[in-house]
Amino acid sequence: MRFGVVVFPGTWSDEDCYHVVKSVLGQEARYVWHKDRDLSGLDCLILPGGFSYGDYLRTGAIARFSPVMEEVERFARRGGLVLGICNGFQILCEAGMLPGALMRNDHLQFRCQWVNLRVESSRTPFTSECKEGQVLRIPISHGEGNYYADADTLASLRAKGQVVFRYCTPGGDITPEANPNGSLENIAGIINAQGNVLGMMPHPERCCEASLGGTDGRFIFESMLKVLA
Amino acid sequence: MFLARVYVTLKPTVNDPQGKTILGGLKTLGFDLATEVRAGKYLEIKLSSPERTLAEAAVEEMCRKLLANPVIESYRYEVEEVIPRS
Amino acid sequence: MPVSKEVLDQVALSQAEYDLIVQRLGRDPNYLEVGLFGSLWSEHCGYKHSKLLLREFPSQSPRLLVMPGAENAGVVDIGDGLAVVMKVESHNHPSAVEPFQGAATGVGGIVRDIFTMGARPIALLNSLRFGPLDNPQNRYLFGGVVGGISWYGNCIGVPDVGGEVCFSSSYAGNPLVNAMCVGLVERDKLMRSRASGIGNLLILVGADTGRDGIHGASGLASRTFEEEREMRPTVQVGNPFLEKVLIEACLEMAATGYLVAMQDLGAAGLTSSVIESAAKGGVGVTIDVARVPRREEGMTPYEVMLSESQERMLVVVSQEHEQDVVKVFQKWDLESSVIGRVTDDGLVRIFEGETLVASLPIDILTDPPLYRLKGVPPSYLEETRGFDMESLSLPPEGAGPVLLRLLSSPNIASKEWVYRQYDHQVQTNTLQGPGGDAAVLRVKGTRKAIALSNDGNGRYCYLDPFVGGAIAVAEACRNLACVGAEPLALTDCLNFGNPERLEVYYQLEECIRGMAQACRALDVPVISGNVSLYNETRGEAVWPTPMVGGLGLLEESERQCATAFRDGGDVVLLLGASQVRGDASSLGGSEYLEVVHGRVAGVPSINLDMEVRVQRLCRRAIGEGLLKSAHDCSDGGLAVALAESCIAGGIGFKGACAVGGRWDAALFGEAQSRIVVSVASGDIPRFRALAREQGVPWVELGRVGGDRLTWDGLLDVPLESLEAAWRGGLEKALTR
Repeated sequence: MRFGVVVFPGTWSDEDCYHVVKSVLGQEARYVWHKDRDLSGLDCLILPGGFSYGDYLRTGAIARFSPVMEEVERFARRGGLVLGICNGFQILCEAGMLPGALMRNDHLQFRCQWVNLRVESSRTPFTSECKEGQVLRIPISHGEGNYYADADTLASLRAKGQVVFRYCTPGGDITPEANPNGSLENIAGIINAQGNVLGMMPHPERCCEASLGGTDGRFIFESMLKVLA
Repeated sequence: MFLARVYVTLKPTVNDPQGKTILGGLKTLGFDLATEVRAGKYLEIKLSSPERTLAEAAVEEMCRKLLANPVIESYRYEVEEVIPRS
Repeated sequence: MPVSKEVLDQVALSQAEYDLIVQRLGRDPNYLEVGLFGSLWSEHCGYKHSKLLLREFPSQSPRLLVMPGAENAGVVDIGDGLAVVMKVESHNHPSAVEPFQGAATGVGGIVRDIFTMGARPIALLNSLRFGPLDNPQNRYLFGGVVGGISWYGNCIGVPDVGGEVCFSSSYAGNPLVNAMCVGLVERDKLMRSRASGIGNLLILVGADTGRDGIHGASGLASRTFEEEREMRPTVQVGNPFLEKVLIEACLEMAATGYLVAMQDLGAAGLTSSVIESAAKGGVGVTIDVARVPRREEGMTPYEVMLSESQERMLVVVSQEHEQDVVKVFQKWDLESSVIGRVTDDGLVRIFEGETLVASLPIDILTDPPLYRLKGVPPSYLEETRGFDMESLSLPPEGAGPVLLRLLSSPNIASKEWVYRQYDHQVQTNTLQGPGGDAAVLRVKGTRKAIALSNDGNGRYCYLDPFVGGAIAVAEACRNLACVGAEPLALTDCLNFGNPERLEVYYQLEECIRGMAQACRALDVPVISGNVSLYNETRGEAVWPTPMVGGLGLLEESERQCATAFRDGGDVVLLLGASQVRGDASSLGGSEYLEVVHGRVAGVPSINLDMEVRVQRLCRRAIGEGLLKSAHDCSDGGLAVALAESCIAGGIGFKGACAVGGRWDAALFGEAQSRIVVSVASGDIPRFRALAREQGVPWVELGRVGGDRLTWDGLLDVPLESLEAAWRGGLEKALTR
């Protein structure tokens, strides 16, 4: 499988994602600079975490106008897999490729910690290796991960099974205490209607090796490999 | 030369924890008259436009495309003619 | 034209220093030239009062790739063709004025010191000190500093993996904000700051230059905080996004091999950057200030040369490779401009367009007078040393409540409230993050890991600067030993009051001597550092506070240890003592003495010979896989160390050994050179043999297990109470 890791100025999870794809999963990977438009030969795109353009104005607001984003949209329309992690999720929302927006955490602080995620749908190319209701332990690291969408959008996401991850307790319960940032309905990750563009605030690339404290991130990458195989 | 003053605020229906925190701070300081705070962004943009309508149209488009996110934010602006410093 | 007293005050030069300048130049310097001297002869750049003392530090090690002080940061060979670069720096004064931006720009500055050497910054640590949290101003400073570090460090993608936070009234008017950065570089890609090659270009890249922070080096670092408030310095505002782009662009540029030298702009801005770079190369330079991109109109050459605008870098490149370098800048949308050239005349000549506005010999500018004073022991020592510990009454409430009180004391309580605001995982190397004795980071592409620690104890140094200094070094290394790492090198930041006062000078001198002695005993060099003097409020100096950053190496990253107790039935041992006996003198300078008895008194002590042996045993035992946990016995003493290992492991402890002497001293005394470890019961014979071979006394304390911390007749506290006190302590103090 060939993964493209998109790099904007201010991106910082690019090398972490590249490392996982290449060294942990043994797949091919290359970086895609945000001014480039060449996505040829790629099976899957990762929009990594970071602070593209410093997240000045709004998270992802400026990055989404980078030349590469037109190609990312085209790639997605043709059915290519796009995984937006953290800042990548924020950029996808700003670009309108995913509904809703990510606002400042309700407690106004940055949070770097492990959280528990309940897999709400295993019928996606990113979660096919998970069971519905399975709890994944994955770190978050963001100041603006507070998911918001208006009531109609939320209802539609629910109805179409587009909510993929929710913050939960270790036992899988969706409670306010398990919500690290004030996201509506504890939403941590959503997918587009077409089912090939996933945005999630937690960082699966940070938990693919046991020495780093957990390997649940591999469920997501391995699901993608299975679909692409 | 025109100066645009752009105000971007969260929509009334969107929760504003920053505004709430500021309100709490004001209350702590004894400003009991304060009943609500909505925090937002204020931008000043200088435009080298020969006429007002052109400047206003540009600012409107800036707001729609970049300065505000319609999912959560609303915006307003005022455009004023300024004499550049020589 | 002789210069007025006001001008000399502004740049913090004495009349005698001015006279020396005139004598050496053979003429009066002009206003701009006085400004250059003020900056380069400041304590911050010139180390006038500290340089002669700092020579005490051992700086020899076969692993050292650069002599201390020769470059922006120290460099250590870790094998596999790789080197680690590290340094710590203070941003105390800017943080006192504006905590958020002050701390943020402190991070920015230390990170530039690292990537200017071609190294990728891989870790940040912070050592922070504030006044007590019951005061709203201290809470404001604390929240602002943590927020600023979080904002800047998170944005640039460098993990903040450790550090320490302490509170004491000594720091109420003058917080200490020390930031440490560590970088990794391929040995042969190491970049230098030495300008060379006559005719080569000086290129300035990054932010525009504004009027921010003028006199930062001379003024701020040589004045006490109150005088400085009068000066109303312009607050420097950081741009972490620009810093991140500069990191990537500069590393990309360094990799091209086209650069002759690279130097960041820190204190004293262009002045120190250009002139120090030329001095290292033994060359001259010309600069045209008119070619420096400005953020503000009407700036004078003086303002341009002394501005401390952030996020700027200087590179030296040959004319033929100018375009190669500019191409990299353009890729990253960075502005750059050629501002000068390397010359062969040993002068710095500053032009504004065609007009020559300053011309000085670089060797004079970079050769400040060095002072050696005769320190006087502070008068308070007589009282603190004379205090009779035996006169203290035992707390009537008993050991359990005292333990809970200590665990919730902000100095001991969990700092999770702080570090969960820092990204400590980005770059995916963090095997052990904040909260343990030392952070452990793997080195990708090798089997190795590095360990990083960060220690200081102002209270010990206040009570005895010599012993306190030795303990700071010993503890930084002990923390490395607790994860199994061999100490390779130290970096330090010395935070003291006004050294022109002889009592402060005494503290500085004694402290450095003590640190140096411990360094020699532990065979670890000091490879870089920073001195922050003039930390005073209303004539009161802060506690003498050396912060020591330690770098250790683990040849095999799996052979590491952590603080958490693991399995029920494991045997818990105390290394460095043959019995548990409460000796009243061990209460000297302890957290217990201050929290429970409201006193700062006594005399700390350390036996460096024992320290060396205990650390070696700990490392060897971890290397042989004998230890299941190891935790340094430090603030709060044995009981706190045990409680922390219980909390980290989510499992209890049952003490079974006899306790002699005073129980408060036995449980909460802070005797040095002690480590609490746990060992699987089957491994005890092997451990015993190893300890005998290493000549280290130890005592069996009890066993891991259950859900309480108990010690017959002394202690019986449920784990959840320990955890609640420890986890909630800091937040409770913040919301009080």
